[in-house]
Amino acid sequence: MVEEAVLGYLEKNDEISDSGKFADEKGISHDEIVNVIKSLNGFRLVDAQDIKREKWGLTKEGEIYAGAGSPEVQLFLAIPPEGTTREELQKKLDTSIFKIGCQQAIKNKWIEMGKSQVSRKVQHVDDRVRDLLMQIQNGEAVNAEDVDALKKRKLITPLIWKGYSVKKGPKYTPKRKKVATDLTRDNLLRGDWRELEFKEYNFLAKGQPTEGGCLHPLLKVRRQMQMIFLQMGFEEMPTNNFVESSFWNFDALFQPQQHPARDSHDTFFLKEPSTTKVLPEDYVERVKGVHESGGYGSRGYGYEWKREEANKNLLRTHTTAVSSRMLYALAQDFAPKKYYSIDRVFRNEAVDRTHLAEFHQIEGLICDRGLTLGHLIGVLEDFFTRLGMSKLKFKPAYNPYTEPSMEIFSYHEGLGKWVEIGNSGMFRPEMLLPMGLPEDVQVIAWGLSLERPTMILYGIDNIRDLFGHKVDLGLIKRNPLCRLGL
Amino acid sequence: MPTVSVGRDRLFQAIGREYTQEEFEDLCFQFGIELDDVTTEKAIIRKEKHLEEENPSEDEEWIYKIEVPANRYDLLCLEGLAQALRIFNGVDPIPTYSVANISKESMHKMHVKPETSKIRPYVVCAILKGVSFDEVRYNSFIDLQDRLHQNICRRRTLVAIGTHDLDTLEGPFTYEALTPSEINFVPLKQTKSFRADELMEFYKSDLKLKKFLHIIEDSPVYPVIYDRNRTVLSLPPIINGAHSAITLKTNNVFIECTATDLTKAKIVLNTMVTMFSVYCERKFEVEPVEVTYADGKSFIYPDLSLYQMVVPLSYISSMVGVSLPANTVASLLNKMQLHAEHSVSDDKQTSFIVSVPPTRSDILHPCDVAEDVAIAFGYNEIPKAKLASLKPQSLNQLCELIRMEIAMVGYSEVLTWILCSYKENFTMLNRKDDKATAAINGNPRSADFEVVRTSLMPGILKTIGHNKDHPKPIKIFEVGDVVLLDDTKDVGASNRRHLASLYCGATSGFELIHGLVDRIMEVVGTSFVSPGDETGYYIQSSDEPEFLPGRQASIIYKGKQIGTFGIVHPQVLDNFDIPDPCSYVEINIENFL
Repeated sequence: MVEEAVLGYLEKNDEISDSGKFADEKGISHDEIVNVIKSLNGFRLVDAQDIKREKWGLTKEGEIYAGAGSPEVQLFLAIPPEGTTREELQKKLDTSIFKIGCQQAIKNKWIEMGKSQVSRKVQHVDDRVRDLLMQIQNGEAVNAEDVDALKKRKLITPLIWKGYSVKKGPKYTPKRKKVATDLTRDNLLRGDWRELEFKEYNFLAKGQPTEGGCLHPLLKVRRQMQMIFLQMGFEEMPTNNFVESSFWNFDALFQPQQHPARDSHDTFFLKEPSTTKVLPEDYVERVKGVHESGGYGSRGYGYEWKREEANKNLLRTHTTAVSSRMLYALAQDFAPKKYYSIDRVFRNEAVDRTHLAEFHQIEGLICDRGLTLGHLIGVLEDFFTRLGMSKLKFKPAYNPYTEPSMEIFSYHEGLGKWVEIGNSGMFRPEMLLPMGLPEDVQVIAWGLSLERPTMILYGIDNIRDLFGHKVDLGLIKRNPLCRLGL
Repeated sequence: MPTVSVGRDRLFQAIGREYTQEEFEDLCFQFGIELDDVTTEKAIIRKEKHLEEENPSEDEEWIYKIEVPANRYDLLCLEGLAQALRIFNGVDPIPTYSVANISKESMHKMHVKPETSKIRPYVVCAILKGVSFDEVRYNSFIDLQDRLHQNICRRRTLVAIGTHDLDTLEGPFTYEALTPSEINFVPLKQTKSFRADELMEFYKSDLKLKKFLHIIEDSPVYPVIYDRNRTVLSLPPIINGAHSAITLKTNNVFIECTATDLTKAKIVLNTMVTMFSVYCERKFEVEPVEVTYADGKSFIYPDLSLYQMVVPLSYISSMVGVSLPANTVASLLNKMQLHAEHSVSDDKQTSFIVSVPPTRSDILHPCDVAEDVAIAFGYNEIPKAKLASLKPQSLNQLCELIRMEIAMVGYSEVLTWILCSYKENFTMLNRKDDKATAAINGNPRSADFEVVRTSLMPGILKTIGHNKDHPKPIKIFEVGDVVLLDDTKDVGASNRRHLASLYCGATSGFELIHGLVDRIMEVVGTSFVSPGDETGYYIQSSDEPEFLPGRQASIIYKGKQIGTFGIVHPQVLDNFDIPDPCSYVEINIENFL
């Protein structure tokens, strides 16, 4: 209706110069006209220009007086012709009416205010204030002096009136088609989709967020690492045993009992359960022997090996504790094997941006006859190339249980430098032979943390943003695919 | 695979012993054929007429339907099956088939006219002398032709077989191709004479024959075989003449196979004559026929010569995976109708000269010989050679699957620390330490690492506490290990794989966590049962301190409590600085393995 009025008017006239006047002429509320103009302007059927006008409106107080009369008149009328006492008059009127009324009536010289008596000075008064207020209420013009007076008494206040001047827009038509925002089932049933004109989408805004869960970024990387191992023919080791004895974690690996890693500064030793009760005794004897006096071609460490140290329980410091159990089991009935694991290990370290008391270790090992350092370098190249790190070099290093040992460095294009990415080596004969593995069997192995490549991959520089209870759930949800190994 | 129906009793009689059904199935299985169905003639008829099933009476003849390999045409009839199984069982030696020694002059002759090349260029023939038919043999003879027509003959397009009572005919024979109007004869099962084109029209309503008409219908000339008196033997591949029809009394059988594929024609002819020469006066002997083409070339059929193949013993061993002595291999090959003679070469290599009989057209290459050795040895007797392969850690793989499912229903995964403070593991969860549950660190650097968690709850609640600003509802889960003291383990403690999930919102979301429990049970394939039933899972109220009393339950899976869920106790929420209500579930998922 209103829309037709606006568009219809513009069909015959160039312009609606003032939406306010237009509303008055057509007898339509201005608010309604404004809504229609905004909508038509949005679709560019019309061109609307803002117009602002200042006009006067009544304050709350002004509105009251426009209805009930000004306080001075109310006060005047409350005084009987014979006069009355101040108390009587006060009782008849509101406090504020009495107060303001007195002031104004005295100023107007309408009344005589004695110490106790109040009496009329004139017989008749006109309520000019009320009249002026009513004129303003009706939008009639009032002269400037009166406006000032009313403004001073805070009975009127300036109002900004907003309206539009309207011309035909570039898409003007006398009758607008209704635009649709969506295709509905009703449209299909009625078949009116053929005539529908759709509102344009705003592609600067994003779509509605999806619902659904997400997997943890670190575990997504773990999954891809697992896939790489599986593709390379490695079998997973069972690593779901966090509590380990010092024997399997250290002694079996030919790590001497005085080694700094066995210090309580580095390792969580358990109060409960404090010791291991069962170890394979004949193997323990061979381990003791090789630590103390060597054998298998070794000189040994030449110290007194203590069973109590080996019995001490700890939270495993590396998954190699599991590897030592697996290799010992394998030695009982040897067959070539390729093993891997990715699981939690524990270090009694202070937590900072790059260190946590627990992290995930990735470990790969190959146990077979006739393996060489060349095989180790070859398998490392294969493995790390699959991780996207093909530029590798190897640095001689020391590990208590591997010999030769190599630190693995990769050239990081982003950082423009070589970074250490893992550790590797061939297990020492002093570790393998006491287990009962055949003499010509070698074990090549390497390890790295899961967190470090993940942090590099996702550009995270604080490990606590990746793993633990302080991680932002939003980060987990926004995390992209892990494409390692693709 | 073709199926051959044979009477059970007759088959056993031919094999020479009785079998229980199970025994016979075993024999078939070893030999590489399969007893597909056991039925009776009446049951087949009842089925065709859609009548009610009846229990067959004892005196009905049992019929075995036996599935045979598609390349073993020699097994398409009772005679061939029985013979193959008798040889396989070591009862019979390999038969020696021979062509009767007849001078070329007294041989029957077939002259091929050049016009046949326009429609069906080849013909091969043979004669069975002194055959003794009875009703069963006769039917088997007809059935074999049908099965060959169905299989190797590709519904008569490649080869068509005609069999005739030789004593009603007089050679020499001619194989010709004439215009339809020139051909006139009384076809089989009819009494009046038809012109060939009329006959074709007539057969359009014949259910059995109409499907063969297209093979020659549009040709200007039809193939036809005559004897010297212009008696029509057959109009191949449609119908034989009535004149030479074989009967139970037929003594000498003339077999002609016309073809578009000569190799297959020879196989078909050989199959026919080898199978039924067993009933000849001179067993396994076949009388030859000379076929002469228009260009003067002539051939004598059937060709029953043995095909010889050299097969090294090492090849057989390497294929089968068993090392066998040469004489064992030779006797195994005998069981498969292959005669094998072994010799040792200069370099100590043992080889066999294998003679492939005309019945075994399926033997193309030494690999076929090796297969027969393996079959005769017994597939299930071969020692298993294992190849390197990987075994998964089932628990980890199960976790992968369950994690996916939980993420799919809208929960996001968190990964929290295994170590926590003593308070977080006990008092903050309203729990008391019974001193027999948790592994305790002796030397933690910080209070954050005092104990190894015994449940996933502290980590999950700490995560919520640190994500207060995250839009609600929050739905998270974790799958991870907890550690419990365990006397059965060498170190005195062991891991358990737990799943925990939490809902945090304006309301507790108890029903959502309850629904998640149901979903988890659904994906692990467990049904909801009534309390006490140990085949599935049910829920019963519980009384755990970390949950609000009366707002919590245990999950009983196959009679065992595996987890708890409920509204987290407000005191616990407060301990972890969580202002919103939460519901939580924790389950030991090792039970689902």
